[in-house]
Amino acid sequence: MSEELLRTLAALAAILAPLSLVSIGGANTILPEVHRQVVGVRGWMSDAEFADLFALARAAPGPNVLLYSIVGWKVAGVLGALVATLALSGPSSVLAFASLRAWRRFYDAPWRRPVQAGIAPVAVGLMFASAYTLVGAADASPAAYVVTAVVAALTLWTRAHPLVLLLGAAALTLTGWL
Amino acid sequence: MSLGGLFLGFFEIALSSSGGALAPAYRILVDKRGWVTAREFSEILALSQVLPGPNIVNVAIYVGGRYHGAAGAAAAFAGLLLAPLLVIVPLMVLYAQSGENELVRGSFRGVAAAAAGLMVATSIKVALPYRHSLRAVLLASLAFAAVGLLHWPLLAVVLVLAPCGMLAAWRGWL
Repeated sequence: MSEELLRTLAALAAILAPLSLVSIGGANTILPEVHRQVVGVRGWMSDAEFADLFALARAAPGPNVLLYSIVGWKVAGVLGALVATLALSGPSSVLAFASLRAWRRFYDAPWRRPVQAGIAPVAVGLMFASAYTLVGAADASPAAYVVTAVVAALTLWTRAHPLVLLLGAAALTLTGWL
Repeated sequence: MSLGGLFLGFFEIALSSSGGALAPAYRILVDKRGWVTAREFSEILALSQVLPGPNIVNVAIYVGGRYHGAAGAAAAFAGLLLAPLLVIVPLMVLYAQSGENELVRGSFRGVAAAAAGLMVATSIKVALPYRHSLRAVLLASLAFAAVGLLHWPLLAVVLVLAPCGMLAAWRGWL
């Protein structure tokens, strides 16, 4: 293994592992920070490439958290995907496992409700930051903004399946509408 | 169930979770396999939301760990996150090879715009229950502005805002 690859893998793990422990409310909340690091600070990919990877992660089978595995793959191949997966989900999983024995006690603990109620609005704000980051990265033309808005509206007000919407947008582009 | 069963159960959840993992998780864990009851599922989910980490990964750790300890947690983790890589990596390779193809690039522009729309809708959905609480809206707005608009490091923002939120909730202000 070359020294450069090792250094890249170490940098990837150093970005993702600490985020694992603050990814409250799920993996989507840390998206702006990962975007800031891999596009802005490290310059590993462009804004548009990041948006492409997110689109792939949404369309491909697997939980959304695999976006970060895909980012790892883009940065350092198969090893990058493995390192990113373990760095992002490993530390939080160890914490979850450690709390397993106490989980019933946690559930009834008097502090659980205020902790959950206090974290939730912060997580909501971070979700909006993720959406804002993605719209900025994905939408380069007025037509793209229209697609984003229509998909959001269909998701909110109909029971349209996400995969159908993603494929519909792909078909729209292929027929030259976008 | 066996370790292999856990691995396969969570692999099945992973493969059916384009566009959100929790709905297929409920269907497979509660309805289809009966590994946890509906009440246990909501308890596990509530706790997953308090602890850091992707919710579905924490659910896998709880269910795997409850039945088979550390080995069970590892089997569920591998089924959920590592097995799908076998499906996704070939897709990535195709994507990389088609990088110069104008048609493929174009269709990605559409899918990326649509994926951003899914995220916008998800944000609005999770925000709706808080729309009547001015303080919750303020807290969410601060988090959005700090991370989304000002690009401040997430770690610092969470470490400041989360305790503020917890204190506010504890004092009954939220």
